[in-house]
Amino acid sequence: MDQSSLRYAPTHEWAHLDGDTVTVGITLFAAEQLGDITYLELPKLGKAFKAGEEFGVVESVKSTSPLYAPVAGEIIEVNKAAADSTDLIKDDPFGKFWFLKLKLAPGATLDHLLNKTQYDMQLASEGH
Amino acid sequence: MAETLRTPLYARHLALKARMVPFAGWDMPVQYAGVIAEHAAVRSGVGLFDVSHMARLNFSGPGALELLEKVFTNSVATMKDGQVRYGLVCNEAGGILDDVLVYKWAYGYAMIANASNREKIVGWLNQHKTGLDVEVQDATMTTALIAVQGPKSVAAMAGLFDADASALKYYFATPTRYRDTACIVSRTGYTGEDGFEVAVDAAQAEPLWDDLIARGAVPCGLGARDTLRLEAAMPLYGHELNEATDPLQAGLGWAVKLDKGPFLGRDALVAAKELPNRPVRVGLELEGKRAAREGSPIVGRTGPVGTVTSGSYVPFLQKSIAMGYVDPAVASPGTTLSVDARGTAIPATVVPLPFYKRAK
Repeated sequence: MDQSSLRYAPTHEWAHLDGDTVTVGITLFAAEQLGDITYLELPKLGKAFKAGEEFGVVESVKSTSPLYAPVAGEIIEVNKAAADSTDLIKDDPFGKFWFLKLKLAPGATLDHLLNKTQYDMQLASEGH
Repeated sequence: MAETLRTPLYARHLALKARMVPFAGWDMPVQYAGVIAEHAAVRSGVGLFDVSHMARLNFSGPGALELLEKVFTNSVATMKDGQVRYGLVCNEAGGILDDVLVYKWAYGYAMIANASNREKIVGWLNQHKTGLDVEVQDATMTTALIAVQGPKSVAAMAGLFDADASALKYYFATPTRYRDTACIVSRTGYTGEDGFEVAVDAAQAEPLWDDLIARGAVPCGLGARDTLRLEAAMPLYGHELNEATDPLQAGLGWAVKLDKGPFLGRDALVAAKELPNRPVRVGLELEGKRAAREGSPIVGRTGPVGTVTSGSYVPFLQKSIAMGYVDPAVASPGTTLSVDARGTAIPATVVPLPFYKRAK
């Protein structure tokens, strides 16, 4: 994924829109902060989420972190490769190890999410 | 808000690109390369930890033994020169103020206490030394403490000190010299492996750190220290231990000598021993890879039976394990329980502690 074309949630998920399909993952920053990822829980197909709603958890040896749906939609695909190879997520969080695909809810947009510049500014303002 | 303290190895941590976090008032490395790799280094090779944040207290004067016998649950009078003993400092109610190591020297005593409890313990000692001819000196700020842990720790230490570290028995220590400066080498640790803890003058911390790295020791942060001690089922103050818990519940009765004579908390502990149904510390093995975290409820057939105090997916055993306190009726190994992880019930089984024990 071209990171400049992605949209970002302040909680470090990224979203990519293609037609009405939104691919969602976590940012490299998030993956690096988590450290060694040991567990990823992804939702069931068909489940619908509102924007900002918790859809799963990611765990490292040190912490359990909730994952939030960046946009409203229904789960149409989850990435088994990410859940099965959690130790590899940080090697390619924007590509091979996306987490899930949502069918964008009617009328929903990605407009409320940050663009790359805004997300980078958020990281900088947090001192990273 | 007091300024965060830095150990004499702070610059080394930054140079190694450690992720630094505030811990017990200190700016400490939580990880360098990553917790899993660091954990593995200690189980199979040798790891290096800056534990200079821990409190180092020296006791001198003829009243030192009496003060220590008064505040420490384990026996001090029976210690040999060079011996190290684990025990608790309890309040009058038997609640744990800290878990500490006491060192016996020919010339006095020393104590290593937790960083988070340094001021509390120094205050407690000062309060209880009234009338005794003893001086308590806090050497935490002028020295460094470096832990060298793992099956290859003997090889990493060889030749660095005037004394032969490999000749030390487990839980014994010796004053010796490193680069012509006095230091203490102790065969102790908090990882479940063979290893050493070395106290040196602050000025010797960087050379010793560098020497050990040159000999293959892998820098390890507090993250790996926590997963290592969890596998070894060693309690951590603030998690398994606190002022509302006593050593008997915590499974530390072996470090409490009720028959050694009076000490602070003794009467309360004698009484507590007779009380039924007090929660006890257990180990849990969870199904799958999802971790139990501190504060998660432990649930039995008919409802909550306890609370998790530490839990993680641990790298060496490659399991999700936890420690917690449960009702004694469900504390036997083999009992099936579950842990409530943010609304999800994870099946768990009570298992004997420790989870991990090194091959002798």
